[in-house]
Amino acid sequence: MNWLLDLTPDEWNAVRLSIKVATVAMIASLPPGILLALLLARGRFWGKTLLNGLVHLPLILPPVVTGYLLLLTFGRRGPAGAFLAEHFGIVFSFRWTGAALACGVMGFPLMVRAIRLSIEAVDRRMEAAAGTLGANPLWVFATITLPLILPGLIAGAILSFAKAMGEFGATITFVSNIPNETQTLPSAIYTFTQVPGGDEGALRLTLISIAISMVALIASEVLARRVGRRMDIE
Amino acid sequence: MTFSVDIHHRLGDFAVEARFESAGRLTALFGPSGSGKSTLINLIAGLIRPHKGRIAVDGRVLVDTEARIFVPMHKRRIGMVFQDARLFPHMSVAGNLRYGRWFTPSSERYAKMDAVVDLLGIAHLLDRRPAKLSGGEKQRIAIGRALLASPKLLLMDEPLASLDEGRKAEILPYIERLRDETKLPIVYVSHSIAEVARLASDVVVLAQGKVAASGPTEAIMQRLDLLPAEERGEGGAVLDTKVLHHDEAFGMTVLGSQAGEIRVPRLARPVGATVRLRIRARDVMIATDKPTGLSALNILAGTITAVRPGVGPTVEIAIDCNGAIVLARITEQSKQALRLALGRQVFAVIKTVSFDSATTGAGLSVEADG
Repeated sequence: MNWLLDLTPDEWNAVRLSIKVATVAMIASLPPGILLALLLARGRFWGKTLLNGLVHLPLILPPVVTGYLLLLTFGRRGPAGAFLAEHFGIVFSFRWTGAALACGVMGFPLMVRAIRLSIEAVDRRMEAAAGTLGANPLWVFATITLPLILPGLIAGAILSFAKAMGEFGATITFVSNIPNETQTLPSAIYTFTQVPGGDEGALRLTLISIAISMVALIASEVLARRVGRRMDIE
Repeated sequence: MTFSVDIHHRLGDFAVEARFESAGRLTALFGPSGSGKSTLINLIAGLIRPHKGRIAVDGRVLVDTEARIFVPMHKRRIGMVFQDARLFPHMSVAGNLRYGRWFTPSSERYAKMDAVVDLLGIAHLLDRRPAKLSGGEKQRIAIGRALLASPKLLLMDEPLASLDEGRKAEILPYIERLRDETKLPIVYVSHSIAEVARLASDVVVLAQGKVAASGPTEAIMQRLDLLPAEERGEGGAVLDTKVLHHDEAFGMTVLGSQAGEIRVPRLARPVGATVRLRIRARDVMIATDKPTGLSALNILAGTITAVRPGVGPTVEIAIDCNGAIVLARITEQSKQALRLALGRQVFAVIKTVSFDSATTGAGLSVEADG
């Protein structure tokens, strides 16, 4: 067992970085994810199909293409990248923040899909009942809709986290594979497989990767079950 | 408190065009399904916006399409009890009850938690989850939840329609208490004559999206022609009566009314209690001479004041018994044989056993025992 936990500092960094990147990607995706899911589930506007397609694009495109598009827009010289760097000091290219952005974008369609489905399943008559009791639309959303879609939110968040933990193509294209900065678990495993004698390291990180994914999955199951029991939908 | 509705609303090729006012304690919107009752109540609640019209409650204009006024539902302070209780599944019963209080300015909170819980008899349910409640319990919680938002008007959209007879009988007394013990005006949607006759002070009859008639319950209930076909057999006069005494030997209760004494099966109500009695027109026979040697116990003397053609071979005859109108439905053949006409002195004959819990409103003691 010792050889499993006896990680080199670089390997530890990859594990820590992966968890950090995935967590940030998941949390940062939630607000826009909820907003877009609401728009797609309930909105009636021109261009809804187009928006839906755009949201799903990262699911269909080769990850390398998504990564390259991110590089073009959010790179140092990209329009969005240059603007953010100049006015807010936010830099994505070759930073862990860039890895989080790439992971967030790749997981976004999965998250929006899960939340959207749960919003569509909400009994809108409950919301009307809350309205007649004096709650304005914002309060109705906070006290009725949000609690009712909580299982969907959890599912969407876990999907986004899992996707981020495994994201490789877009990340390596956008922010490369820099140890301690952008080298997440998949990148580190890939690096090990490229050098002679790297088999043991690759296997170690692979097992750790499996363990993290399992823990996340079980945690989400427990959480969803607890929420479900509390809710007891008729 | 008065409210007035004057709206025009299209739903596909169905149009609701209604205009009425009411100042009643409990105004029933009555009509068959598809007559526009629910549309009307949803318009008052603000769940839908009318294409044209004006709605005012207690002088406050809620909707006026010409003046471009539309008060959103959460600012109307109108409570609503839905047919499907619509309790929030993620909150306890107490959480559901408290929900509306958050949104009511404290200066306008007249409803007290303890009083409402007591009125509806729901103290033992407070910690429960909505999913585990029976239909009748859910509906009582829904009524309590609406009351605790301290509304200025309470709308009830067929609150008993999805319940079985037993559960209905369980809730009706609470709605009566609500009507009699609070000052809150109520609009009650129903297609059941039994409920309307028992609860309403005023009735607005709807048919095909239009108001067919409106007025006090006693007057409207006599217009059998206004009733939907499937409910016509239930139609008849409504009399306000008082329990005079109980005849324990024969298991009967004697009610005093303007028309005279009426004997009904033993009611589980104390002496002096008021009972709103519905006498189905089909249960009333007419005799031209005071009958003798007859098993029926109730014989009321009166004068024929109206003769109207009924459905098929029937006629409907209104008899003024000392100022109270009793309706009888008989065949055209009997009418001609007895030569019944306006102004004729007759006797209305009603069997005691023709009264049941649906027409006396008060639970019969036989049922209470069983």
